[in-house]
Amino acid sequence: MITTFAVYVENKPGVLTRVASLFRRRAFNIESLTVGHTDKPGVSRMTIAVDTDELGARRLEAHIYKLVNVLRVENITAQPAVFRDLAMIKVAASAESRTHIMQLVDVFRARVVDVAPDSLIIEITGTEDKIDGLLEVLRPYGVMEMVRTGRVAMSRGVRAAPAQPGEPAIAAAADNDENVFHSV
Amino acid sequence: MKRTGAQIIWECLVRQGVTDIFGYPGGAILPTYDAMLDYPIRHVLVRHEQGATHMADGYARASGRVGVAIATSGPGATNMVTGIATAMLDSSPIVCITGQVGSKLIGSDAFQESDVTGVTLPITKHNYLVTRAEDIAPAFREAFEIAASGRPGPVHIDVTKDAQQSSCEFDWDAALPKKPAFRPDWSAKPAEFQRALELINGAERPIMLAGHGIMLSGAMDIIRAFAEKANIPVSPTLLGIGGFPASHPLNLGMMGMHGEAWVNVAIQEADLLLAFGMRFDDRVTGNLKTYAQNAKKIHIDIDAAEINKNVRVDVGIVGDLKESLEQLMPGVRPGDRAKWIAHINELKGDSAVRDIQNLPDDGHLYAAHVINDIWRATKGDAIVVSDVGQHQMWEAQYYHHDKPRSLITSGGLGTMGFALPAAIGAKLACPEKEVWVVVGDGGFQMTMCELATIAQEQIDINVAIINNGYLGMIRQWQEFFYERRYAAAPLLNPDFAKLAEAFGLEGRTVTQRKDVIPVVEAARSSRKTVVIDFQVEQEDTVYPMVPAGADLDAMIRRPSPSPIVETGADVL
Repeated sequence: MITTFAVYVENKPGVLTRVASLFRRRAFNIESLTVGHTDKPGVSRMTIAVDTDELGARRLEAHIYKLVNVLRVENITAQPAVFRDLAMIKVAASAESRTHIMQLVDVFRARVVDVAPDSLIIEITGTEDKIDGLLEVLRPYGVMEMVRTGRVAMSRGVRAAPAQPGEPAIAAAADNDENVFHSV
Repeated sequence: MKRTGAQIIWECLVRQGVTDIFGYPGGAILPTYDAMLDYPIRHVLVRHEQGATHMADGYARASGRVGVAIATSGPGATNMVTGIATAMLDSSPIVCITGQVGSKLIGSDAFQESDVTGVTLPITKHNYLVTRAEDIAPAFREAFEIAASGRPGPVHIDVTKDAQQSSCEFDWDAALPKKPAFRPDWSAKPAEFQRALELINGAERPIMLAGHGIMLSGAMDIIRAFAEKANIPVSPTLLGIGGFPASHPLNLGMMGMHGEAWVNVAIQEADLLLAFGMRFDDRVTGNLKTYAQNAKKIHIDIDAAEINKNVRVDVGIVGDLKESLEQLMPGVRPGDRAKWIAHINELKGDSAVRDIQNLPDDGHLYAAHVINDIWRATKGDAIVVSDVGQHQMWEAQYYHHDKPRSLITSGGLGTMGFALPAAIGAKLACPEKEVWVVVGDGGFQMTMCELATIAQEQIDINVAIINNGYLGMIRQWQEFFYERRYAAAPLLNPDFAKLAEAFGLEGRTVTQRKDVIPVVEAARSSRKTVVIDFQVEQEDTVYPMVPAGADLDAMIRRPSPSPIVETGADVL
């Protein structure tokens, strides 16, 4: 089962190594790890997808909390959340195939961000499934290069991490945007 | 006040209450060594940096205070790695300080540069690379806090040479560790305590598995009160030995791979395991699939990551052992387990006749006899520091520890060479205590250079080398599992008594059982460290033995002696 953690860490040298090393030495396989700044200076946020069961996820959370530079861990697997991955795919495109490819791009609500005589770069944002789907239909044309960011995730509604211990989490807002999760 | 980084290091150590430090100088730490002369801290010059970490570890385990080791960059720091890993697996609070090349040189493969914080990252609770004098005091204050709090462990601070040399304003109060970040409250709720109490009060065949956590949380008294009130038999792990008196009628003896046979059988038959401050190491569980299948399990541990790690438990209580037991105590009902205890005693009967103490004297010197005689001579009152191997298991079986922190040994990592330096640390932490090293001929030679440290620092401990001319545990495994093909197990040893004399210490050699007690007594009354070479039976075997990965009650047993000689309780 893929478990997704959102981990807030102090933005200090070596913190990414500490977190990644923890997964390695405890023999958990990271499916995807992304890291970037948050709105708060000095605080970074990681989204970590890992293949484990419920007890393993619980132990991992306890292990992550033992790292001094970790500020907060949220297991958002079971929460209503938006999961996204961004990919850029360079696909071979001849004069004949270009139109076909661009139609596929439209269907997937992706975008063409670069056009060269023999290729296109397509940018797509969505769940991993959606990106895998686009990739599948592009493969016959010749995928020349691809890069993916890996999963980023955010729980839905106004529910935010409580800033202080003991401060109650704000209840999740009504889940009214059905389309966001089920693209394509 | 203005201080150099080097001075700040000592200012911090003095304020942390550090009185002894174990180390070895080198280029990148020289500024700190120079400043040391102005501060009231005893420095013990070791002969290898691994020894410094084990000494700090032994110091911490004997006293409960944080042990401190110091070394230079590069090889000095990497030599510490084994000692740091040892402390990590046995939850021992130590702070290791290393010098690092100047901050401008980092990454340039400078002389004696190594990425040592990268190396120690997975074997420390936390580590620091400090590149500015201003950051030294906050790092040191936080390091001591981290090492000693929660589940204790090693912390490593790497300080660049320029950080030691440059000056800044030193403000101890301003260096107070910041409030820790948010941590979820995983402590047990009343409902979990209630559930635990129901299991405890309802159990007919309970057994308490008592681990190192007893010492770490200071739960000796309450563990005893708890066991007595509920009438629950207790078995310690290797590191739990001493947490519950060996002479107590409810103490069954150690569990596990070389634990008492009746304990392992009792665990498999139990209907409730009370795992208190222990972590279900593979050396105590055997095959997890068949481990204690009839038993409900209650696990108390301060580390939430230990709950459900190896063994799935019914109640997991995250918290300090002493505090958790204080919560449970009022609800524990006096129990009558007479039937269960009588049953365990029946199991014991079989084992007692197999005991090596009951073998007729056949002129051979057995390690178990030596260790048991040291116990008798010291009246069980010494701190024994044992190394790793057969003698370690015999020590656990034949030296009966009634007091906490009286057995110091490398349990988790199984570090050969641990005992001699760790004993030096233990002696400095508890100068009034008698300290004995029990070590094999193999392990002794891994760190015997520290005999020079003993001589230079005029330390009075005693060393019992259990010399069987083999890497004994290796030989035992090869005997059982590799068709007696003794690959790289025999040892050609130096004359250990002469070796000790060469270091300026006393050396003795013992080959007969009748000489054991007199030589041990002579060593006890000597003001010098005495190294005793006990030349014991070469191909002796530790029984019982649960083969690695086998079911806990599938033990290889000592062949029963015949005719059966008298049995008797092993009491002073």
